[in-house]
Amino acid sequence: MKTMTEPNDTVKKFTSLFEEHKEEIFASEPGYLSDMRQESIRNFERLGFPKKKDENYKYVHLEPFFNGSLESRFAPRNLEFDVQEIFRCDIPTLDTYVLLLLNGFYYSTSGEKLVRQDNGIIFGSLREAIAQEPDLVEKYLGKYADSVNDPFVALNTAVAQDGIFLYIPEKQELDKPIQIINLLLSDDNEMVQHRNLFITEKSSKAEVIICDHTLSEHLFLTNSVSEMAVMENASLDVVRMQNEHNQSVQITNSWIEQQKNSNARHSTITLHGGRVRNNLNVKLKGENAYCDANGLFLIDKQQHVDNYTIIEHQKPNCVSNQHYKGVLDDAATGAFAGKIHVFREAQKTEAYQTNNNVLLTRDAKMRTKPQLEIYADDVKCSHGATVGQIDENALFYLQTRGIPREEARLMLMYAFADDVISGIREEALKKRVADLVSRRLRGELARCDNCAVNCYD
Amino acid sequence: MLHIKNLRVSVEGKEILKGIDLDVNPGEVHAIMGPNGSGKSTLASALAGNETFEITEGEVTYMGKDLLDLSPEDRAREGVFLGFQYPVEIPGVSMVNFLRTAINEHKKYREEEPLSAGEFLKLMREKKSLVEIDSDLTSRSVNEGFSGGEKKKNEIFQMALLNPRLSILDETDSGLDIDALRIVANGVNKLKTKDNATVVITHYQRLLDYIIPDYVHVLYKGRIVKSGDRSLAVQLEEKGYDWLKQETGTEA
Ligand SMILES: Nc1ncnc2c1ncn2[C@@H]1O[C@H](COP(=O)(O)OP(=O)(O)O)[C@@H](O)[C@H]1O
Ligand SMILES: [Mg+2]
Repeated sequence: MKTMTEPNDTVKKFTSLFEEHKEEIFASEPGYLSDMRQESIRNFERLGFPKKKDENYKYVHLEPFFNGSLESRFAPRNLEFDVQEIFRCDIPTLDTYVLLLLNGFYYSTSGEKLVRQDNGIIFGSLREAIAQEPDLVEKYLGKYADSVNDPFVALNTAVAQDGIFLYIPEKQELDKPIQIINLLLSDDNEMVQHRNLFITEKSSKAEVIICDHTLSEHLFLTNSVSEMAVMENASLDVVRMQNEHNQSVQITNSWIEQQKNSNARHSTITLHGGRVRNNLNVKLKGENAYCDANGLFLIDKQQHVDNYTIIEHQKPNCVSNQHYKGVLDDAATGAFAGKIHVFREAQKTEAYQTNNNVLLTRDAKMRTKPQLEIYADDVKCSHGATVGQIDENALFYLQTRGIPREEARLMLMYAFADDVISGIREEALKKRVADLVSRRLRGELARCDNCAVNCYD
Repeated sequence: MLHIKNLRVSVEGKEILKGIDLDVNPGEVHAIMGPNGSGKSTLASALAGNETFEITEGEVTYMGKDLLDLSPEDRAREGVFLGFQYPVEIPGVSMVNFLRTAINEHKKYREEEPLSAGEFLKLMREKKSLVEIDSDLTSRSVNEGFSGGEKKKNEIFQMALLNPRLSILDETDSGLDIDALRIVANGVNKLKTKDNATVVITHYQRLLDYIIPDYVHVLYKGRIVKSGDRSLAVQLEEKGYDWLKQETGTEA
């Protein structure tokens, strides 16, 4: 018999929060969901938070942040805020379907919470989809993220109330990208746990852009889960741009499952953030699936970014490419751990991983750890990691052409980041990201005052 | 234009240049020759402002200014150009962005308006033909994947775009086949005016058949051991550097 360790106070805080609110939550949702929540909260109680000595959470101890005084909300609040304001900010100028989440709850500007297109495409509030499309959502919700072994997913599953639902039926294609803007705006410290579910059915196609922003200076703790299913021949592109302030803590949990001949790209661009932990889990469950997982972060001050990836090659002939980069200034710290897991039957796997980092000061620190678990014999796998400084020879070369040292440094940093940016397929978005990255490097992002309130003090 | 007096330069505590004197006037072409390791590149790098090279003694005035007091970028914008012996590859920085930034930084320094995109392209086209540089090269990252010859041509191309007053060309001839050598030399000759000056550093006298120097200096073990006119280069070619040993009484 397994011995249960006594749950600690932080865990109890959340289990009792769940007990307090469960009647109210269960009352308005289908039974399968309530059952899933009950099971998940028990899993969370059993798992607890990752311990300091936990190999996967060695460089960022998250439990203390959950221990702080934070409001958790189970229904949206009416907040004073001017939607037009955020459109003055740079990111939303792309031609996209804009979906807003305000502190994790769908915020409709038109009153409509779920959009249905003639071709059967559905997008909007997950909470609304659970009510309006019960069978469809039940078929997929909770099927991809692991709430049995992952405490953050378990907690999210137990309490998440809303998020974005995107459904692309067979052979259909979005005519422009979906853009999800996560806005954090509050008058007190707040915990936000939303849930996204993206389904691309056979031979369908979708692009999703996710922008994370903090609009007020309160402490925000986000623990979000995104489940993504990419069926046979389907293609899904997700680009996430994180731009949160120094007091924010963000844990993203992205779970992608890919079937035969599918294609997925996932990029995480961290422009700014206090403590950020991005978990990406990709399962290649059908032959000939292709996956690109990219990341870029630009951090300074005391910021910390952790990128953890697991790519599971479960079937033969799949290809995965991971390409993560980081630029660290001041006393910023970062970590990358990328695991490639090739199952016994996954012959002819190609799995590549690179992690390159630039430290701009002596105080900045980066830890990087590749992990290969390969059980098939006919595979091509490689990994490579570098942690270095700006190339002094290149800097001098640029200076001898009349380019001031500071400008030359920016050029080189930008050049370093460039290949992750050029990996973004959508042209307009690529330009936008390029612009944001170069302004971030110049310290000019604060000019977009709405997004980056107090980012720079 | 350039006056170097008793210049001593060390790298990592080791003295490489042991008192160099050199005067270069407008309109002149100087050649500096010498065996490998004699300090030619050290001299060029020190003049361009590379901080790896520590100036321990001496002075350098350029156009009446203390050159050693200027940052590398200011030296460049005052008109000093260094053609690198080993041009640096810079992945991710496009040639176009690099050249345009460089030209406009020169303009800014002179308080002139930056070039418009159209003006810049026109200038590029004009100078490209001068060194017969492949159009494709300018759409790549700076020097990335360029052949040895392409890198050297690219140096002269940049020189043509920046229009310097004093060019120091460090072994621009090494690794070039005869055609490329002719193109490079031709570029340098075409850019020559009565107001600018060129210092060509070379290991072989071959280049000097194409770029005719007014003065030839032999740098050996950190000192200029001989100066003369063009005939010195020919003499060196015939007798080899061993001849210097006897001439100067130093051991190689
Ligand atoms: N960056 C450096 N670090 C250490 N030693 C150097 C460096 N650059 C040059 N040297 C030394 O200085 C001496 C002269 O080198 P260099 O100026 O390159 O000669 P040349 O260009 O005439 O061949 C050599 O002994 C060389 O090893
Ligand atoms: Mg040399």
